Amino acid sequence: MKMLGLSQRDTTFLLIVVFLTLVTPILLQPFPEGSGMATFNAGYPDLMQRFAIFGIFAIGFNILFGLTGYLSFGHAAFLGVGSYSVVWMYKLLGYNVVPGILLAVIVSALFALLIGYVSLRRSGIYFSILTLAFAQMSYNLAYSVLTPLTNGETGLQVYTNDPQVLMGENSPTSPHFFGIVMNESAKLNVGGWEFTFNNGYYFCAIVAILVFYLSLRIFRSPFGLMLRAIKTNQTRLNYTGLNSRPYTLAAFVISGMYAGLAGALMASMDPLAGAERMQWTASGEVVLMTILGGAGTLMGPILGAGFIKYFENIFSKINDNMLHQWFAWMPDGIEDFLIGLSHFFVGKSWHLTLGLLFMLVVIFLPGGLVEGGQRIAKAVRNRRSKGDGAEAQTQPAE
Amino acid sequence: MSKSNFTRRGLLKTGAVTGAGLAMPTIFTSGAMAFTNEPTGDTVTFGFNVPQTGPYAEEGLDELRAQELAIQHINGEGDGGMLNTFSSKALDGTGILGKKAAFVTGDTQTKSDAARASAKSMIEKDGVVMINGGSSSGVAVAVQGLCQEAGIIFMAGLTHSNDTTGKDRKANGFRHFFNAYMSGAALAPVLKNAYGTDRRAYHLTADYTWGWTQQESIQNATEALGWETVNNVMTPVGAGDFSSYITPVLNSGADVLILNHYGGDMVNSLTQSIQFGLRDAQANGKNFEIVVPLYSELMAAGAGENIKGVYGSMNWNWQLTDAGTQAFVKSFGEKYGRPPSGSAHTCYVQTLLYADAVTRAGSFNPCAVAEALEGFEFDGMGNGPTLYRAEDHQCFKDVLVMKGAENPTTEYDTLEIVEVTPVDQVMYEPNHPMFGGDEASLGECNDGA
Amino acid sequence: MDAIILQILNGLDKGSAYALIALGLTLIFGTLGVVNFAHGALFMIGAFVAVTLQRIFNLSFEQIDPTKKDFLGNPLKVEVPYVEAWFGADVGDWLIDWSVPLAIIFAIPVMLLVGFVMERGLIKHFYKRPHADQILVTFGLAIVLQELIKYFFGANPIQTGAPDAFSGSMDFGVLLGFDPNVIIYPYWRLVYFLFAAIVIGAVFSFLQFTTFGMVVRAGMADRETVGLLGINIDKRFTLMFGLAAAVAGMAGVMYTPILAPNYHMGMDFLVLSFVVVVVGGMGSLPGAVAAGFLLGVLQSFASMNEIKSLIPGIDQVIIYLVAIIILLTRPRGLMGRAGVMEE
Repeated sequence: MKMLGLSQRDTTFLLIVVFLTLVTPILLQPFPEGSGMATFNAGYPDLMQRFAIFGIFAIGFNILFGLTGYLSFGHAAFLGVGSYSVVWMYKLLGYNVVPGILLAVIVSALFALLIGYVSLRRSGIYFSILTLAFAQMSYNLAYSVLTPLTNGETGLQVYTNDPQVLMGENSPTSPHFFGIVMNESAKLNVGGWEFTFNNGYYFCAIVAILVFYLSLRIFRSPFGLMLRAIKTNQTRLNYTGLNSRPYTLAAFVISGMYAGLAGALMASMDPLAGAERMQWTASGEVVLMTILGGAGTLMGPILGAGFIKYFENIFSKINDNMLHQWFAWMPDGIEDFLIGLSHFFVGKSWHLTLGLLFMLVVIFLPGGLVEGGQRIAKAVRNRRSKGDGAEAQTQPAE
Repeated sequence: MSKSNFTRRGLLKTGAVTGAGLAMPTIFTSGAMAFTNEPTGDTVTFGFNVPQTGPYAEEGLDELRAQELAIQHINGEGDGGMLNTFSSKALDGTGILGKKAAFVTGDTQTKSDAARASAKSMIEKDGVVMINGGSSSGVAVAVQGLCQEAGIIFMAGLTHSNDTTGKDRKANGFRHFFNAYMSGAALAPVLKNAYGTDRRAYHLTADYTWGWTQQESIQNATEALGWETVNNVMTPVGAGDFSSYITPVLNSGADVLILNHYGGDMVNSLTQSIQFGLRDAQANGKNFEIVVPLYSELMAAGAGENIKGVYGSMNWNWQLTDAGTQAFVKSFGEKYGRPPSGSAHTCYVQTLLYADAVTRAGSFNPCAVAEALEGFEFDGMGNGPTLYRAEDHQCFKDVLVMKGAENPTTEYDTLEIVEVTPVDQVMYEPNHPMFGGDEASLGECNDGA
Repeated sequence: MDAIILQILNGLDKGSAYALIALGLTLIFGTLGVVNFAHGALFMIGAFVAVTLQRIFNLSFEQIDPTKKDFLGNPLKVEVPYVEAWFGADVGDWLIDWSVPLAIIFAIPVMLLVGFVMERGLIKHFYKRPHADQILVTFGLAIVLQELIKYFFGANPIQTGAPDAFSGSMDFGVLLGFDPNVIIYPYWRLVYFLFAAIVIGAVFSFLQFTTFGMVVRAGMADRETVGLLGINIDKRFTLMFGLAAAVAGMAGVMYTPILAPNYHMGMDFLVLSFVVVVVGGMGSLPGAVAAGFLLGVLQSFASMNEIKSLIPGIDQVIIYLVAIIILLTRPRGLMGRAGVMEE
């Protein structure tokens, strides 16, 4: 089966991704409500939205870094610009997300063109530091001097006295897509399980599938091939008389637009744009997501994004009460020991777990999480060829 | 399940009713409840959203200690703490409206985005009816806005910017903590007594919204005394080394340095000012003085000996001698082996105030709770008689003026109470220009239905 | 004029810290070809060696003082440091007072050890890996180190003062012929500057005048050839990593009286030190030092009221602005060599 200009393999791949994305609200909710393990459920709207949004951010980053090898440390600037654009559109026009998203993509493209044009005059770490410098300047100014434009530390938000000229009598008072309100959900109760199907998540998911398809096409196109050639040996490419700069600039702008889109979606789900979105830590986060998942692979960055967001949102919420519940059945001494040990890894120490996992993944899986997935798949295939009808590979969604 | 089910709740309520019988799948939208996260079981869940990583992590952990204590007291465990001294007797130690109080925790990271993500997970996943905590104004304003949109109550933790109950005030948000205006108003008379009316002040101000409101407030208050403002210099947040901003102070003609900094910034700017000899200097024939408008235990501990003799203000301190304070310090001290910090106190009180308001309102509906809190007058919570003003959801109570102690006996009494400024002196109109003027509005209460 | 001299002093002081961290980073880049995102953490660990020593000297036993009460109204327990009980109050107080300079003595072996363990245990396996992997693994390590420090020392800044003899300030202007009380400068900051100058000088002489240094410099220039000559580069590189860690650690120890240490101070310095290294030029030690001082001084000038009133917010972005201008006018920073980290 071939469709949309993809090979058969890619079509199957895309269909799997589409399927997984659509059933995410079910896949991420493996434990029944009220059970001790329910803490590890991730199927609530905000986190699913974040998976999709940071997935988009990482897919875009991968087009630049994974294909050309140019490591940008300033992509958060585009994320922030995207968010600010959307919130400004809310303030001026109204809560429909479409004008904001369009503006965000355009503004971030222009911004990326400017920064890319300057930064791409250098390569390697010099390029990285140039992008970092631009992003940090944006962040520092947004936090302080540009407060009239960004509302500084508090974050840009909508006030009741904003013009909102397109707002009608019956318009929703929160972000919506032509009347489909982002924060509305349908809930499905089956037995002890509760699944939440949220408008905002599906909006993000559909956008994510579209841009994933786009990146698939870019990866397989002559343009993508050219970008890979730049990564392999730029000098040799230049000797052939070919100027590689327009290609890298195009890749930079495209990935900047992805970042702007991701920022726009963040503000579409939650009408607030904070300056921290532009800080170097946010730029670093997308770098980590991409490398952790597997730079240059299609699924890798999405896996990396999901991995990091999961730990940030789930592990940070585990507190002593929960630990006591989990370990209550054990003898006192062992219970205390286990709780003491857990203190190193959960709650206020969730950073430590993340740091350790970064190290473990990069040490044992040089190709990132994707390599882990491939190894599991291979092991399963080997087992199955021995006549064992084990389940097909199930990679975590996102 | 089809997408048409998303439209509105009328249709879906029937779906819920028909499905309620057996293990049939039931579908309903978030609007199916009477209000957001209406508690239906035998527990009600609060969300304690505090910084657990980043520079304010210790403050956050102290808030968590106090919140856990408040939950115990509400559920009738422990010695009851301030419930024994609280003027309202609606809470009787059997939970809230027959439900046990439970809680979930989250990490704000002192970033607006992370704080909102954490708050959203509490609302969407854990079904909380109230969020409490936090250690910075940016986070407080961001989470308050979220709670307003989601239709639950926000009981602010440590947030001192005028904006929280000023231009960013929200119908679903309530602040017990004092604010920058009150700090200025409370400090001014003390500064006048200590340093006279003929002073020239130099301000170093953290370059973000809290810093600005703090600076504006203290400048107004001191200029009303007759002080002159020589200069106001913005410093980047987290600058670390403030030397470049401190060296011009001595030759500027100023004789007072006002540090509008908080947390680590204040620890460093104060320490470095003293290293540069400002405290030993003479200017205009007077001793050079340093003032820190907002104090906290975190800063006092970090700055160590450097705070000796430096004036500042606080919302509450464990050294107060009223019955409420003593009850709280006793139960906190016995549980954790240390006196509570000001941020712990405000979170503890806010949690009890919320529980009390629910009980008095007879409902968890945020609009009913808000009504019960608006205009509520109470006592016995450590700050003397207190009013939750209806117009802006700000608490009005006495403010403490503090001074770095000359001879502290333990690590906990490095600050001493100089004066308890009566509430009348720190009052202001709800439409005060520093609080958004006439344009500021709470908006409509939102219960999420 | 006095304002400018003061800002130059401030800038040299800031620059000292930047230069010391950048020096270590460049040593690791240049010799091992590793992007070390954990370098800020090494600086932080150094600072906490000073904190730990202060804590050790302050280890106390409790004596009950019935005349005073604690916050719950019980008789107050007074802490008496063991060092005072063992060596007498005078020596004990002196030890506590001088804990920061004394910490240098402990920091060197501790940091060398930390460096060895890091290099042998982890970094060694990443020489041949892409820079991206190095970033991920060292960033992970930095998080782990900083969380461990947070676990044991908490998140609050910890005041770690200079010895009383150095805690005041001196009238530096008089030395230069100014009126008294115009240029007042803290002793400790002058000490820090001198200390930085000595360490930088020592590292350069070590590389310049010892055989060991010669081999390392040759290795930096052409690793493969040196390896072919049968010289065991690896062993020397391990030592270089330890040396870089020790430089970062000592910089951290001496910085504690200026900046009360906290667990995330390493991250705060990390980005800045990378900018410094790159502005100096990849693989160039003199470049790193020069860039450190240049950026420090420029940052101080940008913080002057006169300049801030002309361009609001300039002090917040000056470092990045200068970095952009330098990298656009000089492709490899101030003194970078071609082909290092350019691919």
